[in-house]
Amino acid sequence: MLTALANPHRFMAFSRWAAPLCGALAVLLIAPGLWLGLAAPPDYQQGTTVRIMFVHVPAAWTSMFAYACLGGSSLISLVFRHAIADAAARAAAPLGAGFTLLALITGSLWGRPMWGAWWVWDARLTSVFVLFLLFVGYVALRSAIDDERKAVTPAAILALSGLIVLAIVKLSVECTPILCVNTLHQGESIFRADGPTIAPVFLIPLALMGAGYTFAFGALWLERTRGEVWRRRAEALEVQAAGR
Amino acid sequence: MTLAALLHDKYAVFVWPAYAVTAVIFVWMVADTIARARRWRREAERLEAERTP
Repeated sequence: MLTALANPHRFMAFSRWAAPLCGALAVLLIAPGLWLGLAAPPDYQQGTTVRIMFVHVPAAWTSMFAYACLGGSSLISLVFRHAIADAAARAAAPLGAGFTLLALITGSLWGRPMWGAWWVWDARLTSVFVLFLLFVGYVALRSAIDDERKAVTPAAILALSGLIVLAIVKLSVECTPILCVNTLHQGESIFRADGPTIAPVFLIPLALMGAGYTFAFGALWLERTRGEVWRRRAEALEVQAAGR
Repeated sequence: MTLAALLHDKYAVFVWPAYAVTAVIFVWMVADTIARARRWRREAERLEAERTP
């Protein structure tokens, strides 16, 4: 699959229908997710601020997924020198920054009434903030180097070295016999070995929104990668025209 | 829960801005992505047309 998509013509043919399909699936999942989320009863501890969870948690999941996509694309680009993988990495970074910023702002809006503070330098919050800086740093690095070919390696190394932050984000709320982080942020309540610990009335809209955000990222990522392929094509044609 | 209850809840001042920020960032991501892809597609097609005699 990945080998087939490394061919620009095949990628453009695939993404032409896959991007709108992912977009449509995103709308079909987010619409009922929003409806069920707004209709959900207040939580016994969080009150109606539980509704912020339906936009905050999926944004946080998607920001991590976006960074995994950025890291994966960068690895393929660095090892196999696939132009599409590099275009995909470049396309994932601004979207990842958008989702991470969304997670940070909505988290802050939840933190103020629940913790009494807009921001705390807690392990989870700080590691997500560093993730945001990595996305922004990647975009800045790509923009700072004029020669596209020279930018591939340092950008890919930056993206790959940032994968450690992804692991820190995940481990920042874990408490295992090996590692136990003392954090204000609540622990993992969905992806647990013993199953989710939240009630179905909250879990269903959260799952719908999570899947919807993922498909939305997929649609935007594919479309942005298409734009990147067109940009490179246009620049190559400009160089050819100038050489004649 | 009715819309009136959602609007006048004591936490509405935190809940609605969270949804508003989400909408703004989503609109920006969608608009920027589509505009960028269209712009470069048009540019590539224009240069392609100029190249072919």
